[in-house]
Amino acid sequence: MKELKILAVVVFFTLVTYYLVEPFAHSQMHKHIESEGFAYEDLADVNLTDANVTNGQELVMGAGACLGCHSMEVAGMPAPMDPVTAAQSYGVNPPDLSNAGAVYDAKFLADLIKNPAHALMVEHKFDAEKGQMHPMVPFYGAGGDLDKEVADMVAYLQSVAVKKEELTSEQAYELACGRCHANHYAEWTQLGNKPAFKKEQEELKYKSDVLDYQDSLKAYMGKLPPDLSIYIRSRGAHYIETFVENPQNYLKGTAMPRVGVNEHAMEKVIEYLEDSGDAKRAEREEVGKNVMIYIIIFAIFAILWKKAIWRDLH
Amino acid sequence: MAHFEKAKSLHDWLNQRLAVDAVRRVMATEYWIPKNINFLWAMGMILAVTFGLLLVSGIFLLMYYQPNVATAFDSVNYTIMKEVEFGWLWRHIHGVAASVVFLIIYIHMFTGIYYGSYKKGREMIWISGMLLFVTFSAEAFSGYMLPWGQMSYWAGMVITNLFAGGSLHADGLVEWIRGDYVPAQAFLNRFFMLHVLLLPLAILALIGLHFAALRIPHVNNQDGEEIDFEAEAAKYKAGDKAGSKVIAFANDFMSKDMMVVGIYLVFFFYLVFYHYGFAMDPVNFDPADGLKTPAHIYPEWYFLWSYEILRPFPTDPGLIAFGFAQVIFFLLPFLDRSPNAVPASRRGLFNVWFWVMLVDMIVLTAMGKLPPEGIFSTIGLVAAITFIVLWILLPFITKKEKEL
Repeated sequence: MKELKILAVVVFFTLVTYYLVEPFAHSQMHKHIESEGFAYEDLADVNLTDANVTNGQELVMGAGACLGCHSMEVAGMPAPMDPVTAAQSYGVNPPDLSNAGAVYDAKFLADLIKNPAHALMVEHKFDAEKGQMHPMVPFYGAGGDLDKEVADMVAYLQSVAVKKEELTSEQAYELACGRCHANHYAEWTQLGNKPAFKKEQEELKYKSDVLDYQDSLKAYMGKLPPDLSIYIRSRGAHYIETFVENPQNYLKGTAMPRVGVNEHAMEKVIEYLEDSGDAKRAEREEVGKNVMIYIIIFAIFAILWKKAIWRDLH
Repeated sequence: MAHFEKAKSLHDWLNQRLAVDAVRRVMATEYWIPKNINFLWAMGMILAVTFGLLLVSGIFLLMYYQPNVATAFDSVNYTIMKEVEFGWLWRHIHGVAASVVFLIIYIHMFTGIYYGSYKKGREMIWISGMLLFVTFSAEAFSGYMLPWGQMSYWAGMVITNLFAGGSLHADGLVEWIRGDYVPAQAFLNRFFMLHVLLLPLAILALIGLHFAALRIPHVNNQDGEEIDFEAEAAKYKAGDKAGSKVIAFANDFMSKDMMVVGIYLVFFFYLVFYHYGFAMDPVNFDPADGLKTPAHIYPEWYFLWSYEILRPFPTDPGLIAFGFAQVIFFLLPFLDRSPNAVPASRRGLFNVWFWVMLVDMIVLTAMGKLPPEGIFSTIGLVAAITFIVLWILLPFITKKEKEL
């Protein structure tokens, strides 16, 4: 009994110390930011109930509309320029729109089409009144009801995108993060998946392209966005989710735009980051379970052995 | 040369050449341990097991780690964590053991202080233990540099800066230690060598010394009772195991050691598989960047108390206080003037001293991690002054203690 009391004292002081240097200290050093649930409440609702997909398709594909800058592989529309040249023109390569409807929130997409700087929360950087135009041109309407036309476009993008359950973590990562952030543990550069090269020249050419792209990106963002290989360990899922949801909550005035992903796509992004930064989590669970069973049996035998030996000593 | 007979068995063959029976007697079956000692005396065995885990996991990590500023980070976080089979397991065992070993060392130290196990003939046990603590600290710090993350780099910067000696401005000394103006390749190579060769070697030697220091004075016991080991051992050998005050190390005390180790390992592997994050600072998962200071720089939890003795003072007094904190524990056997080697609970004022010291060190630990602002700096300053005052008071309160 006395030993249990001593153990209780030891455990008590250990836990107090742990609490103070871990949860408590971290709560004091980093302010906690609640997830907004990917609701994007500051954005106007978009009514998709009577949306006309065909009309949306015409607007998206129409002359001078989205496809002037964006590619859309799913509709057989390749990119008008290669990523490096595109980045030189816009600062960053405009995303392929094939899966935009699956990754981005509908409200966000609608707002983005009408007022990119506002939806992306980069109005501090791009103020039209001061002549600082966001590289993405707002859609001013094709002559009808602007909101209706935007809803049609969103509905069209949603109709061509992969189904929710088919969205891969890489597709989500590419649209949400991958055009600015490399992830070298997943062999991902800002230009996409790093191919396997047969000749060193090809590899050097690719590296050179990546560096050119990064130069444009640096000029556009102010600095090169960090490699996200093990951000899942340096920041944790909660930080990443809430940061993506609203970067301004963490870094007021940051050049990083609000990404506008929906909740499901965010889960996919986290999965991608876990695959690159915490690849062995499944194996860890499995091995952990077996080791724990083994070690508990070992402890039980050790206790029984002690009892057997000490029977003669008392 | 001695006379050898034809061996009757392998055991006999070995016995003639290595005296295995005599060794076993001295080391195990007739190495006498007082019976009335509780599980806190098993911390030594736990430390030995944890050190073993560190050594073995360290050897596996060493096979793939690259001590180069360009590749160190990825060799740990990519090669070992992703490409090497079970590399993640070795790394988590190494990381968790490195942190837990300090928890056990502190429990071991405070056990020694509480029961007065450093007194009267046991000074060498205490001093060799403190030497081990200091060497372990250097080992931990040099190991923390190796992944070459943000905290590795900046902790390396801050700690090596201490050697400038405040207003002495011994910047040349700092550069000499680093081999450069900032932590860089030479620095990493040096710390790599220290971590994998010189310091482990020193630790192994000191463990030998620490064990040897136990042989003659024997371990202390829960009641501070002076035991006639020879008379009690004779009783034990005559078959009166229950009446004897001593027991054999093996299998008697070892079975208890193993029981405690078994329970400890459940806790240890729970941490390894389900809670390894506590031992790995997230900041260190960002690669070292000499152009970007982390928002908060702090050492690992086990150095926080001494860091907090440095921090609340102006530079020079801070360094002096820090130096004081590093050496003062060594002097404990000489500062404690009381003749009693009994538990603190029976020693009056010393009992108060013990618990205040324990709480004060926990407060220092907490304040060392928190940002030094507002109320936290004030608490940190008070706790640091309390620490120093407690040590100054120790000889006086123990001098007045009556002999029991």
